Amino acid sequence: MNKAETLTIEEKKRKRRPAAGFWFSLPYILLFLTFIVIPIVLAALLSFTTYDMVGRPRFAGFDNFVYLLTGDNEFMRVILPNTIKFAVIAGPGSYILSFVMAWVLAQFPRRLRTTLAVIVFSPSLTAGVTMAVIWRVFFAGDASGYLNQILMRLGLIIEPIAFLQSPKYLFAIMIIVTLWGSMGIGFLAMLAGILNVNRELYEAAYIDGMSNRYQEIIYITIPAMKPQMLFGAVMAIVNAFSAGTIGVELSGSNPTPNYAGSLIVNHIEDYAFLRYEMGYAAALSVVLLLIINLFSKLSWKLFGTKE
Amino acid sequence: MARGKSFIKTNPDRFRLNQLPYLLAILPYLVFTLLPLIYIFNHALKPFDELIEYPPRFFVRRPTLENFGELFRVATTSGIHVSRYLFNSVVITAVVVFLSVFLSSITGFALSKLKFKLKAALNRANTLALMFVGVAVMIPRYLIIESLGLIDTFFVHIVPFLAVPVGLFLIKQFIDQVPNELIEAAKMDGAGSFTIYRRIILPMIKPAIATIAILSFQAVWNDAGTSATYIDSDQLKTFAYFMNTLSASSNVVAGQGMSAAAALIMFVPNLIIFIVLQGKVMNTMAHSGIK
Repeated sequence: MNKAETLTIEEKKRKRRPAAGFWFSLPYILLFLTFIVIPIVLAALLSFTTYDMVGRPRFAGFDNFVYLLTGDNEFMRVILPNTIKFAVIAGPGSYILSFVMAWVLAQFPRRLRTTLAVIVFSPSLTAGVTMAVIWRVFFAGDASGYLNQILMRLGLIIEPIAFLQSPKYLFAIMIIVTLWGSMGIGFLAMLAGILNVNRELYEAAYIDGMSNRYQEIIYITIPAMKPQMLFGAVMAIVNAFSAGTIGVELSGSNPTPNYAGSLIVNHIEDYAFLRYEMGYAAALSVVLLLIINLFSKLSWKLFGTKE
Repeated sequence: MARGKSFIKTNPDRFRLNQLPYLLAILPYLVFTLLPLIYIFNHALKPFDELIEYPPRFFVRRPTLENFGELFRVATTSGIHVSRYLFNSVVITAVVVFLSVFLSSITGFALSKLKFKLKAALNRANTLALMFVGVAVMIPRYLIIESLGLIDTFFVHIVPFLAVPVGLFLIKQFIDQVPNELIEAAKMDGAGSFTIYRRIILPMIKPAIATIAILSFQAVWNDAGTSATYIDSDQLKTFAYFMNTLSASSNVVAGQGMSAAAALIMFVPNLIIFIVLQGKVMNTMAHSGIK
């Protein structure tokens, strides 16, 4: 009885001050605001200014966006098409590849599946510079590059090709390298999703006359793992846009040769840290955020289970 | 029981011949996956004469640690020894992994099991932030980090990496599986929220913790951008940055051997950690769906 009374008093006390949950979340909330929310807001604000990091930002209305559409030759001619092309190939490309690999691996018994999953996942562990370094050695432009040596030995070429400096090859290499490293946690999520589909669903469907594995995938597997499909899609989008620096990392120069491998991310960096036109760079950021948002909306539409 | 379900082919209990076509179908992809890794592994172990050998061989014949020796012999132009970069990387990674595991687990606990005002908003914001791409906002980030006075300090390697929406999301989903009755029972016994977190939640979410640890390890260990953008003093830069400058500047053969060796030093710890913890990761990913 006594205990119950103290409890209610304590509970009253608890009501007055913020709950423990708030204190537990506070550090995360602060970091989240500082490094995710505020940067987005700030990018939006800066995009309406001219700012060279020396003086103060000056309000410039829509100047940056007008310049983006009419004045910036590279942007409309190469950067934007490159970005869209890259995102469309690398995003859905890695996504479909992840699903196919996850599905195939789910057809194997546990031991074999785990081994193969480790192999397929391992390239994503190099995400970032290690990936570029590994492939730079592979594609090196002088006679010591492995690919060059093979091609020369086969008599296909006489002179070594500077693959990573060549506008002709750079973009394709970026796609290959990105796909290679794209089987990350999105892939693992889909593998786990497929394995966790309720077996009774399959049984019921086969009893109802489902006749092949293709039907099984379309009517049972994918609908049953929609949440994982969405998680995988979001990861694929983030991965595709985060990989935007790979062209610069591979070629070693920004802008990339003839802008062949330049994406919006590189263009932002170029304007921000080489030309100090922060306002314009922020406008580019806003465009990029909008594109990413568009892709995400689309995947939410396809696989979202709420609303 | 197994006989009745034998027409279900997903997740079989043993290898059967009818699985062979699938294995053959993915074989080209497996080769594509492994080739660069095996190549870099062999390349790192090649002695100088094999590096320049023509025609080249894929596999090393007389493996040696020469390249690693060379890597640790070269002092960079500024006179900083490689071990210093490696030391920085190890310390930074350890601190970030520890702090981000702590932050995302305690926040995930609050978001999953406790009641407070901002909970719904934060949950929603965090799910939206899953699609956040950091490089997209590099300028405002730079300005913020500058105004916080973090430029050219050790903290710039750490603080921006602590809030990871994917990490929080995964751990929160995992904590959702912990039965509420356990927490209610502990409350009855007079346990405070932090005690519940430490005594009940933490021991039950080890798989999710392992997963978050791997994710933040990867993000920090492989990061060269921070050193390039925010750090001027060479003694504060990381191994990833050093490796990147190494291969960017030297296209010569010996440089390639060292690059390969450095890439291995980056890659192998990652791989070992993943292999050890992969079971836990798979367990976590089962709860990864966005509903």
